[in-house]
Amino acid sequence: MATTEPAIPVELEASEPGRPASRSWSERIIEGLIKLCGISAVVIITLIFLFLIKEGVPAFREIRIAQMLTSRWYPIEGMYGIVPLLVGSLLVTVLAIIIAVPLGLVTAVYLGEFAPPWQREILKPLIEVLAGIPSIVLGFFGWLVLAPLIQSLGAPSGLTAFTGGIILAYMTLPTIISITEDALYAVPKEYRDGSLAIGATQWQTIWRVVIPAARSGIVIAVMLGLGRAFGETMLVLLVTGNAANIPELGLDIFFQPVRTMTATIASEMGEVAQGSLHYSVLFAIGIILFLITAAINSLATHLVGGGKRRRGSQI
Amino acid sequence: MTSTKLSVENLSYTFPDGTNALRNVNLDIQHNELFVIFGPSRSGKTTLLRLLNRLSDLIEGAEREGDIHFNGQTIFSRTVDITHLRRSISMVFAIPTPLPGTIYDNMTYGLKMAGMSKRSLLDERVHRSLIQAALWDEVKDRLDDSAFALSGGQKQRLCLARSLAMEPEVILLDNPTSGLDPISTTIVEDSLQNLKKQYTIIMVPHSVQQAARVADRAAFLLDGEVIEYGEQERIFVYPQEERTVDYVTGRFG
Amino acid sequence: MSRQRTQQLARILITLVAAIAIIPIVIVIVFLVINGLEVISWEFLTQPPRNGMTEGGIMPAIVGTILLTLGTAIAAIPLGVGAAIYLAEYAKDTRFTRAIRLAIVNLAGIPSIVYGLFGLGVFVLFLDMGTSIIAGSLTLGIMTLPVVISTSEEAILAVPQEFRLVSLSLGATRWQTIRNQIMPQALPGIITGVILGLGRAAGETAPILFTVAAFYLPEMPKSIFDQTMALPYHLYVIATQVPGMPLSVQYGTALVLLFLVLSLTLIASILRTIMRRRREW
Repeated sequence: MATTEPAIPVELEASEPGRPASRSWSERIIEGLIKLCGISAVVIITLIFLFLIKEGVPAFREIRIAQMLTSRWYPIEGMYGIVPLLVGSLLVTVLAIIIAVPLGLVTAVYLGEFAPPWQREILKPLIEVLAGIPSIVLGFFGWLVLAPLIQSLGAPSGLTAFTGGIILAYMTLPTIISITEDALYAVPKEYRDGSLAIGATQWQTIWRVVIPAARSGIVIAVMLGLGRAFGETMLVLLVTGNAANIPELGLDIFFQPVRTMTATIASEMGEVAQGSLHYSVLFAIGIILFLITAAINSLATHLVGGGKRRRGSQI
Repeated sequence: MTSTKLSVENLSYTFPDGTNALRNVNLDIQHNELFVIFGPSRSGKTTLLRLLNRLSDLIEGAEREGDIHFNGQTIFSRTVDITHLRRSISMVFAIPTPLPGTIYDNMTYGLKMAGMSKRSLLDERVHRSLIQAALWDEVKDRLDDSAFALSGGQKQRLCLARSLAMEPEVILLDNPTSGLDPISTTIVEDSLQNLKKQYTIIMVPHSVQQAARVADRAAFLLDGEVIEYGEQERIFVYPQEERTVDYVTGRFG
Repeated sequence: MSRQRTQQLARILITLVAAIAIIPIVIVIVFLVINGLEVISWEFLTQPPRNGMTEGGIMPAIVGTILLTLGTAIAAIPLGVGAAIYLAEYAKDTRFTRAIRLAIVNLAGIPSIVYGLFGLGVFVLFLDMGTSIIAGSLTLGIMTLPVVISTSEEAILAVPQEFRLVSLSLGATRWQTIRNQIMPQALPGIITGVILGLGRAAGETAPILFTVAAFYLPEMPKSIFDQTMALPYHLYVIATQVPGMPLSVQYGTALVLLFLVLSLTLIASILRTIMRRRREW
């Protein structure tokens, strides 16, 4: 059959008889909707920020910043010093990171370099299970089991920054492990091979070649873990005690009860009148939380390389 | 209909990263001929093919100068219906790529996307195209089998049949026999001789020898430039340019 | 110390530390199971509480969690998958696109309590939905959005480029290619990611504290504007604010919540394996 009269017309210019005109219209609508979905993330985060500001700014207007930076958090008597809360968050988070990073790094190394395949098959799902445990359940475990344990070791109460730090560390562990694992895996095989070829042991290779090469990935893992630990609420609410005081300096600084910013919002918002000063201050704390985690995450993204994700120009 | 099917005019193309893929390419391809574009790897052959059906549109940020005319009309204007262009200029890729689904699904995909839904029409096209691609006898009883169950040579003929089903005017073949065994290669090459009676074929060959076997006219592309092009005998038996001579005789490759 | 000794020592220490990381996970789960199993009964799972939580079961909390999870799905999936399609197939590499990605990363990092604040301020108060299932679902939905977007985009990008090229070269439009080739093949990955995200949402307490959760509601919610009980919140209250609540009940509730969340994770994994095996390419 000759091609001089093909069934589908040859005219290059748009609009052809064989194809229903409505399809290009509905396609355009769909593509428009998709584009709307695409910008939704920016819209939502802007909305969140704006709303926090809207409800939280009154606090800054009524209370001078200097007043907020005091160390007495006693809303009933009109004292809104947030320093104890900041300190609480910091203490617990730092503790958690100190515990979780070495633990996570070593576990990632173990998984990537030492564990036989059968162990990897068991361990990786197990870590995913840990990642899936709701933080309230971990907090519950800490409240019922770990806190009494610590109390029996001599602390006046088991609900301390230390307790929070441990459980929080375990909550953060899966994040740190998986990102570190990816970073270690991304180190080119040639690095390892080259090191082993000149006679270095496996451990020497890991310590001197692989880990330094994965350095930036590890830093990102730590930062993301930091962000998660800092923002955790229910877990710390359950196990760090409920004392909005700055712990006394001393050897047992970690064994005193504290209160984090997140726990403060969670426990006090329920009893607060809408629009009251207390209400605004809690939102103001929310703003601070938002900004701090945004800073951590933006920095981490920047280190990764701007979050570009394209298939490359190869078609 | 004029005799020139496609004309490439002063075409230059630069990738987003700055590499110069094509430099001032000028070619014209005649109606119902088998035109071969050959040259060492990375000379821009695939890039040129993908410009002909504007698959190159997928590359963001590339720069193009010059023009391409199809049946006398430019293909790059904003009012051109791209889906239409790609049905008229159909492409077969180097690696046989069936779409997930049955053989029948593969054959009718493009037609259904174009709006054809009548079963009898679809069946007729499927039948006709599979015969033209020399595949009908082997699959006529298993059109509902998965396309992935076919052998490599069969998959490639399926891809050819798939393109033929669109009843294009031009068929672009990017290294269609790479990875095929010699028998499949011969089957494909033979069917090309038949096909060019109805279609215009532009092909990037697997080797210089294949180019010499099948071409009516050929162009030697080196580093993005057309070194020379013309009748098959001229290019392969007594080429004028020294670089063509060197490549055709195997002094480099 | 010789290098060999260092190597051996390192190996032992590393294994030890890894054990310290892993073993407590097992301990926690085993502990919960041992202590909670005794209370799990048909009555516990299907009966509403009676007598101020001293008798009966936790069925409303289970139902509430399921409802909220469904609501989260409805809120997050269309928007999230749409955004993923946009990022993977339509967005060019511009500053604005990078801004979108930055927004997604930041949304993922916002503390859950801040989402709770936002939900309270916008849905409960500003839009006057009151503490309700819809307010809670929307809040959880926004919180789950980043996960849905990320995993869906990954699934879409994982579809080999060849299929796009073939589809386009046969004359299909961009949307036709997405709808007929890309989405069906990305679906397994998308579903897996969505289920994982929903699993996380099901276990969250902070976002629902002020937006939907109630403690003692023996009757089923009748509309999306009603409050509901929910497992995470329920656990929180009975563990910390109800004196005399039997330990076994607490453990049982924790166990039910854990089971629900982990089974979602398990379903996601199984689905992923099944669908990967059925893949033809």
